[in-house]
Amino acid sequence: MEENTINITVTDREGIDHIIEAPTDMNFNLMEICKSSELPVEGTCGGMALCASCHCYVQSEHKLNEPSDDELDMLDQAFFVEDNSRLSCQIYLTNDLNKLKIKLAPVS
Amino acid sequence: MIETDILIIGAGPVGLFTVFEAGLLKLKCHIVDVLPQVGGQLTEIYPKKPIYDIPGYPSILAADLVDNLMEQIAPFKPSFTLGEVAQSISKEPDGKFLLTTNKNKKIKTSVIAIAGGLGCFEPRKPPIKGIEDFEEESIVYMVKDPEQFRDKEILIAGGGDSALDWTIELANVAKKITLVHRRTSFRGALDSVEKVHHLATKGVIDLITEAQAVDLKGTNTLSHVVIKHKEKGLIDIPVDYFIPLFGLTPKLGPIADWGLNLNRSAIAVDTLDYSTNVEGIYAIGDINEYEGKLKLILCGFHEATLMVQSAFKRIYPDQKLSFKYTTVSGVSGFE
Ligand SMILES: Cc1cc2nc3c(=O)[nH]c(=O)nc-3n(C[C@H](O)[C@H](O)[C@H](O)COP(=O)(O)OP(=O)(O)OC[C@H]3O[C@@H](n4cnc5c(N)ncnc54)[C@H](O)[C@@H]3O)c2cc1C
Ligand code: FES
Repeated sequence: MEENTINITVTDREGIDHIIEAPTDMNFNLMEICKSSELPVEGTCGGMALCASCHCYVQSEHKLNEPSDDELDMLDQAFFVEDNSRLSCQIYLTNDLNKLKIKLAPVS
Repeated sequence: MIETDILIIGAGPVGLFTVFEAGLLKLKCHIVDVLPQVGGQLTEIYPKKPIYDIPGYPSILAADLVDNLMEQIAPFKPSFTLGEVAQSISKEPDGKFLLTTNKNKKIKTSVIAIAGGLGCFEPRKPPIKGIEDFEEESIVYMVKDPEQFRDKEILIAGGGDSALDWTIELANVAKKITLVHRRTSFRGALDSVEKVHHLATKGVIDLITEAQAVDLKGTNTLSHVVIKHKEKGLIDIPVDYFIPLFGLTPKLGPIADWGLNLNRSAIAVDTLDYSTNVEGIYAIGDINEYEGKLKLILCGFHEATLMVQSAFKRIYPDQKLSFKYTTVSGVSGFE
């Protein structure tokens, strides 16, 4: 694989896996990568942890940046929240995240 | 009945600025918005965030931009119907439109400008199966009349300011309050968090954290909210009312049924004048869709400006419109 590119598996709401190649040197977050891959992620607030439309479940054991207070606050207003819930717009892509697996949360 | 030249649906930045551009052409505007306040997304989602791409403002707080717009349009004396949904439209014999709100207010207008943004802000509803069955009688998404809960048993769910504030406010009114929240910590003003903890320690309210409402029970009226606690599992809580407070989210809403050409949840327009497929109805701002569309405030302002020119020609087909700079004409408001 190219340098500064990682593979991410995103399971959509129908249970179908999509393997996405994502650049790690362009300051993209996971919401933006899903959106640009035409996955059904709205990203209404543009990635400011203000809408929860990018809610996902992290299904691999990767060590991610800790959620900020803003993110936790927004998750309070979301539904179907589990222990592995995150807002994908708050996860920045780094080379350590190769083979990350996430699942899109249902929309209510 | 209210009568106007342009009825604007949505009091977001684009709807507000439309009043200014229309006013320059001596057209009167009335604005309807479901929210109790003006400003759309700027007020509801990000009032304290600075915006950096409003021409002429290197940085401006969203709430300040809304205040400025209100000041700018004041000379044109727009009228407002706030807290109501623009529900349905019909055509009058004289070719004008009649808009009816969800509270049955009627507004007669020559032109409709839909500046509905991402849609009508509605309370987020918990995805509990069968919740609709209890909505009319026992579920309250927005508290309007605290007296409704006098001597009743209620369950409030949520962790933000409104959940905390209503818990405090209703503590003296309701017979019993249970506040349920998914986490142990609350967001919202520190002062309110302390008050709620104090009420819980004194036994005035039941505070249950690390729990979520998952089911509703009752025949005809609600009898129990079932919550799922992280450790204790399912617990039935007897209630008269369930008050889920999870903020607001925009949904396209009734506009979807008005016979307009939609493209996903946006209204297709002709970029010549932002008209829709229904003559006399325009769509501007975040709600419209055309090739190359960008959902930006600045673009919405441009759309509004061109749109009112076309609206003028529709309303006064025989009058000639002469273009004037505001530096030349000044801003002469309405009496
Ligand atoms: C977090 C965030 C940051 C942003 N940052 C920027 C930025 O930096 N620069 C920028 O240019 N843009 C930014 N935007 C986008 C900008 O906010 C939108 O482009 C703008 O709000 C669109 O204005 P509008 O008037 O079209 O709609 P809105 O602001 O969405 O207002 C529409 C209003 O219409 C009401 N409504 C809809 N349907 C009905 C109905 N049937 N009846 C009654 N009322 C109805 C809604 O309740 C709402 O109040 C940002 C957006 C978000 C969420
Ligand atoms: S895009 Fe809005 S919270 Fe992530």
